Amino acid sequence: MTLDVRIGLRLGSLDLRVELTAHPGEVVALLGPNGAGKSTVLRCLGGLAPIDDGRIAIDDVVVDDPADGTFVEPEDRPVGFVFQDYVLFDHLTVLENVAYGMRARGVAKGDSRRRAREWLERFDLADYSMQRPGVLSGGQAQRVALARALATNPRLLLLDEPLAALDAGTRAVVRRDLRQHLATFDGMRLVVTHDPIDAYALADRVVVLEAGRIVQTGTLAEVTAHPRTRYVADLVGVNLVTGDVLDGVLTTSTGARVVIADAVDGPALATIRPHSVLVARGSAAASSARNTWRGTIVDVDRLGERVRLVIDGELPLTAEITAAAFDELNFRPGDDVHASVKATDIEVAPT
Amino acid sequence: MRKQRPQRSRRAALPLPALILAGVAVAFFALPLVGLLWRAPWSNAWTYLTDDAALTALRLSLVTSLCATAISIVFGVPLAWLLARVAFPGRGAVRALCLLSMVLPPVVGGVALFFALGRRGLVGQYLDEWFGITLPFTTAGVVVAQTFVAMPFLVVTVEAALRQLDPRLEEASRTLGASRWYTFRRVTLPAIRPALTAGAVLAWARALGEFGATITFAGNFPGTTQTMPLAVYLSLETNPEEAIVLALVMIAISFAVLVGLRDRWFGSIGRPQQVVA
Repeated sequence: MTLDVRIGLRLGSLDLRVELTAHPGEVVALLGPNGAGKSTVLRCLGGLAPIDDGRIAIDDVVVDDPADGTFVEPEDRPVGFVFQDYVLFDHLTVLENVAYGMRARGVAKGDSRRRAREWLERFDLADYSMQRPGVLSGGQAQRVALARALATNPRLLLLDEPLAALDAGTRAVVRRDLRQHLATFDGMRLVVTHDPIDAYALADRVVVLEAGRIVQTGTLAEVTAHPRTRYVADLVGVNLVTGDVLDGVLTTSTGARVVIADAVDGPALATIRPHSVLVARGSAAASSARNTWRGTIVDVDRLGERVRLVIDGELPLTAEITAAAFDELNFRPGDDVHASVKATDIEVAPT
Repeated sequence: MRKQRPQRSRRAALPLPALILAGVAVAFFALPLVGLLWRAPWSNAWTYLTDDAALTALRLSLVTSLCATAISIVFGVPLAWLLARVAFPGRGAVRALCLLSMVLPPVVGGVALFFALGRRGLVGQYLDEWFGITLPFTTAGVVVAQTFVAMPFLVVTVEAALRQLDPRLEEASRTLGASRWYTFRRVTLPAIRPALTAGAVLAWARALGEFGATITFAGNFPGTTQTMPLAVYLSLETNPEEAIVLALVMIAISFAVLVGLRDRWFGSIGRPQQVVA
């Protein structure tokens, strides 16, 4: 009972070669830059883009295999698809949107409406059932799209950039809601995103896609600690620190204190980019950096002209410095260092 | 002083020459109507209107133009869909062929129809031989001629709307378990409804006004093929006063439909960019 995918597809300038698997109950995030082929992978799974070669099996049922001519139409696949900016049907009410899939599958009108109403209640949208989708906020539209997809009872749920259409202010709240709603679904879930924070909040495992190829898979912590390519290092290889904010200080579960500039009290997720981390031997000289933590270098990763230092200590961190600085300071695993970060270099999002 | 300034600059933003040219254009469209109203024999109007010949022509025009519109919808929507969505070799040529009658002189279209569907025509001879169907000089022939010139208006309008439609709406429908046909009925058709209405009105107006192809292919027989435009043209020679009254009736019908539809369908939806003609 798994998702087993091997995709070969040429589409314009994109040459997609992807193999991946997912298990029930698992949320996999497909991360990558624009044009990497993330959305195309979802389209292949949903039956919206036939593959050139390879094989796609959902729950041991082959839905696409060009070798023996198998192709299951989108409507016959056990797949729910949540599109980027949701693509709700404007000419139908919210209730009819959610009932649409059941109606299309032949469920009687009254029955489908009753079940759609239950879905809307579960998603806290009952008040909007008779409204048109046009009046909904981004977060509400996303919940309708999710309810509409889940109402068809899929085994595999595909979400294409579910948070990209939202403004920064509502993103955190919607992300938390989405995480809760995804948790109630026991099938396989695949989320396409370009934002590591989304991946961190929603997924158990990340698959990083670049120019049609998978460059790295693993838990986000693994990928963050040892990014294998420049892109992964820049985008995914960030330090994510969770904790509670009080009076401009975020305190982690292990008791480390992080001074931040944007003080929003409550649980929060801080992002510290490795190149913002200053590493010094011995005690740090007085500087404008508001944060300094002691630690020990446990690992060194050379990535072209940059070197990533994995530092364990009061606050485990990955720092990135130039190869020249690395050679000059002669850092080695086991060295005691001070890592410091300016409060203004730390991005904070409430969770 | 300050409050007046934006108003003044807004007025200055409308260039005077453009304003004058636009005014001339409005006059150009209004004057013929005024001319008709000026020469209309108001005292005898009712007599001409209730004249049997006039009523027959009017009824024939309405029936044939509505039939032509219905046929245009039934065949034109699938054609528009084919042109908009299916990339096949020679699509451009097929589109040009199907829209040719929009730019063709209608008389030429009528001649072409005659050699294709006439009793001795390419297809017409078999229609006659096998099914005993003759189209020329019949009411059915009028409908064929009207459909020939009217359908392209519906096709271009609906095709433009289909091209503008977000294809993901249809994809979303498919992933929710809807077949292609269910998707077309429940998602595509409602989404293009304003354009379909606009296209149908344009096609209907074109069919109602059709003259050249009709008189060439179907002739001018009162009661069977003499539609309003034919009646107006012929009475212009015999009885100009009647021609004016009939012309005013046609203008009134067309004007009423355009105004009525605008408010009911185009107005409420308010997407003028879909009304492409």
